[in-house]
Amino acid sequence: MPDYQQHEHDVLVIGAGGAGLRAAIEASAAGVSVGLVCKSLLGKAHTVMAEGGIAAALANVDDRDNWKVHFADTMRGGQYVNNWRMAELHAREAPDRVRELEAWGAMFDRTTDGRILQRNFGGHRYPRLAHVGDRTGLEMIRTLQDHGIHQGIDVHMECTIVTLLKDGDRVVGAFGYERERGRFKLFRARAVVLATGGVGRAYKITSNSWEYTGDGHTLAYDAGADLMDMEFVQFHPTGMIWPPSVCGILVTEGVRGEGGVLRNSQGRRFMFDDIPENYRAQTADNEDEGWRYTQGDKSARRPPELLTRDHVSRCIVREIKEGRGSPHGGVFLDISWIKARLPNAAEVIRKKLPSMYHQFKQLADIDITREPMEVGPTTHYIMGGVRVNADTQMSTVPGLFAAGECAAGINGANRLGGNSLSDLLVFGKRAGEFAAQFAKSEKAGTNGDIDVQQIDAAAQRALEPFERGPQGEAPYQVQYALQEMMQNLVGIVRNEPEMTRALECLARLRERAARAGVGGNREYNPGWHAALDLHNLLTVSEAIARSAIDRRESRGGHFRDDCPEKDAACASFNIITRKGRDGSMEVDRVSIPPMPEELKKVIEEMK
Amino acid sequence: MPQTATFRIWRGDVHGGQFQDYAAELSDGMVVLDAVHQIQATQANDLAVRWNCKAGKCGSCSAEINGSPRLMCMTRLNQLDLSQPVTVEPMRSFPPIRDLVTDVSWNFKAKKSVAKFRPRKPDAADGTWRMAQVDVERVQEFRKCIECFLCQDVCHVLREHRMFDQFVGPRHLVYAAALEMHPLDTASRARDLKHEHGVGFCNITKCCTKVCPEGIGITDNALIPLKERVIDQLYDPVAKLFRVLRGGSHAV
Repeated sequence: MPDYQQHEHDVLVIGAGGAGLRAAIEASAAGVSVGLVCKSLLGKAHTVMAEGGIAAALANVDDRDNWKVHFADTMRGGQYVNNWRMAELHAREAPDRVRELEAWGAMFDRTTDGRILQRNFGGHRYPRLAHVGDRTGLEMIRTLQDHGIHQGIDVHMECTIVTLLKDGDRVVGAFGYERERGRFKLFRARAVVLATGGVGRAYKITSNSWEYTGDGHTLAYDAGADLMDMEFVQFHPTGMIWPPSVCGILVTEGVRGEGGVLRNSQGRRFMFDDIPENYRAQTADNEDEGWRYTQGDKSARRPPELLTRDHVSRCIVREIKEGRGSPHGGVFLDISWIKARLPNAAEVIRKKLPSMYHQFKQLADIDITREPMEVGPTTHYIMGGVRVNADTQMSTVPGLFAAGECAAGINGANRLGGNSLSDLLVFGKRAGEFAAQFAKSEKAGTNGDIDVQQIDAAAQRALEPFERGPQGEAPYQVQYALQEMMQNLVGIVRNEPEMTRALECLARLRERAARAGVGGNREYNPGWHAALDLHNLLTVSEAIARSAIDRRESRGGHFRDDCPEKDAACASFNIITRKGRDGSMEVDRVSIPPMPEELKKVIEEMK
Repeated sequence: MPQTATFRIWRGDVHGGQFQDYAAELSDGMVVLDAVHQIQATQANDLAVRWNCKAGKCGSCSAEINGSPRLMCMTRLNQLDLSQPVTVEPMRSFPPIRDLVTDVSWNFKAKKSVAKFRPRKPDAADGTWRMAQVDVERVQEFRKCIECFLCQDVCHVLREHRMFDQFVGPRHLVYAAALEMHPLDTASRARDLKHEHGVGFCNITKCCTKVCPEGIGITDNALIPLKERVIDQLYDPVAKLFRVLRGGSHAV
């Protein structure tokens, strides 16, 4: 029998970024006991990296904005395969969630009359992103953290969950290890909220840190929950590409929101060359109009650099493939050109984009107030995730909830910038609220018996890498091989033969992962952690590949050069992956329920 | 730049340890964290290191590089003398866990001891508040803090004198300053700052300011104004006279 520490909570929240913290705060406010598990230290989660802002139709800068416009923008950006109910709730509730942050101490940049300032972002019709320079994510996580630590939440830092525990159909707890000593921990819980973020580490070029290995996706999948929309991965158009050590680090869309432009090696603003039909009416057709938009001219339309991320990424890939790329294989992103328009341009840039200025200066020896940056697409976000009920965020497994990036639905085929931070707040709150409600109801488990066999098996699996020892397969090498393979075969541009090959590679990688071994002991051993994360990376990679093969069209973040067009027939369903009875992955399709007339009308009006 | 360099990395745990040399291959633009990762992936899978964002935004990879407290992800190799081994060791003010990882949990407890934000009632017609950008900016400087705890590591009150139970350190004084100067906040922290948080122990040597990767003016903009605030509120002779006359006798 393995040795483990035991903890008992009504609601266990796994993940302590924006969604997890918000869920924990809400559950705690509902009067239940709450445990919060962080894979790293508190306040270090990936939310901290979010730069641009929180999308919410506060209408502080442009009074034409309201929830309906935000809803229509989100659906258009997601190419209409979003869960429309989630998109509606998100648009309606985001403003209150932002004002609540202010009441908890957040300090957003201000309008001249002292209200929360909002900025332009891709795909948003009006300036909508509440922000703090280009470090909005830090402000948000710190506000939630500083508020949350006084709410009586038990925080378990540097702890990783390896499996959920079930009693029949219901989730009744979780089992994992803490990094410091490598000891096992058993959590008994009446409801569990997954808020573990994304899967970026499945790819070689990514803006995500080591933590983003699809843990929540895999925990849910292994517990029998449905995953949805896994083919939709967002490749952010502007990641750093040079020097190699910083490749993939994010360059905020805020650069383009503040007037930054994309050029190829010939100096051409290539984004004007390809404006999709459904965005033509709201996109500027000349450079002057685009500039005026970024400076707040309400009569101007937005520049093509602020089209949706999927489209901008593909245009960049086209320029590079056709030989018009920058010296290190990207394109140029230039904010320094605004000195032609503004007398104090350098000061404005440093003020509006301080961390970008800092990041390029320190890591790439580039002064962005004087010269252009070189950028290229980087794996940033996954729209797909755990399939949840729109209102309650409960998955298809009773007692198991999911919120934030690891849940699916709100973003459809492509997420708009700024909609992630608001998603974390809106659905983090809802997940916390309904998880607490579930924990109080008779539907929840009794917090009592957990089948010892489940625990033994999980502990046994977790310790296998030590039994194989350092002569086993090196975990980091398996991870690198997987990342390289996914980047090449299931990346920005996909096709069936390559993805079929990817599935074969995944089967071989799974065999290698089963032989992974590590040396040393259990105390803070990153090699061991990397070995345990492989199962998650392999599971989400397979779900991405299988879903992407099944969607025989191009839509949003999913682009296939063997079916390059959007197919109207494919707008009627979402793709589901789940664990079949024999343990292999099943692919299924579910039709999207018809949208109520009221919402249809909103979309019509906003066209 | 040479093709390889030697990294002298501290390996050990709470019982002790020693430096061990590793060679790493160099490439353009490399930072110390890249070298540590390379060594971890190819030579020492169990080399313990904390990191997250690798872009100077999360404050996880704090260490002492050639003796200076710095973020490993923001320390470029071309700023270092690579003809000598580059020493990388954990922050020495905190108890070691393993290799480059230290036990920073004291910081999370210290933070909790600072009275939380308490806003005044919303006073704008729409049920929110109005704040001027200029007032917000003063506090935004402090809110840039990424909680890397390098200022705590270098502060001699903690590092040399080990006064962890009497002094919360520069990080949490900056946190208190952000709350005290928040235009909406109504809580008073002067008494706590003096008695619980030990603001008086800071003798403004500015070591914290020097190592802050966010360039926060810790000493000039946070610590000194806090000291002034404590003096204004607790040592004002006129106020003291009033207190005596009114019969109040609580000590400062």
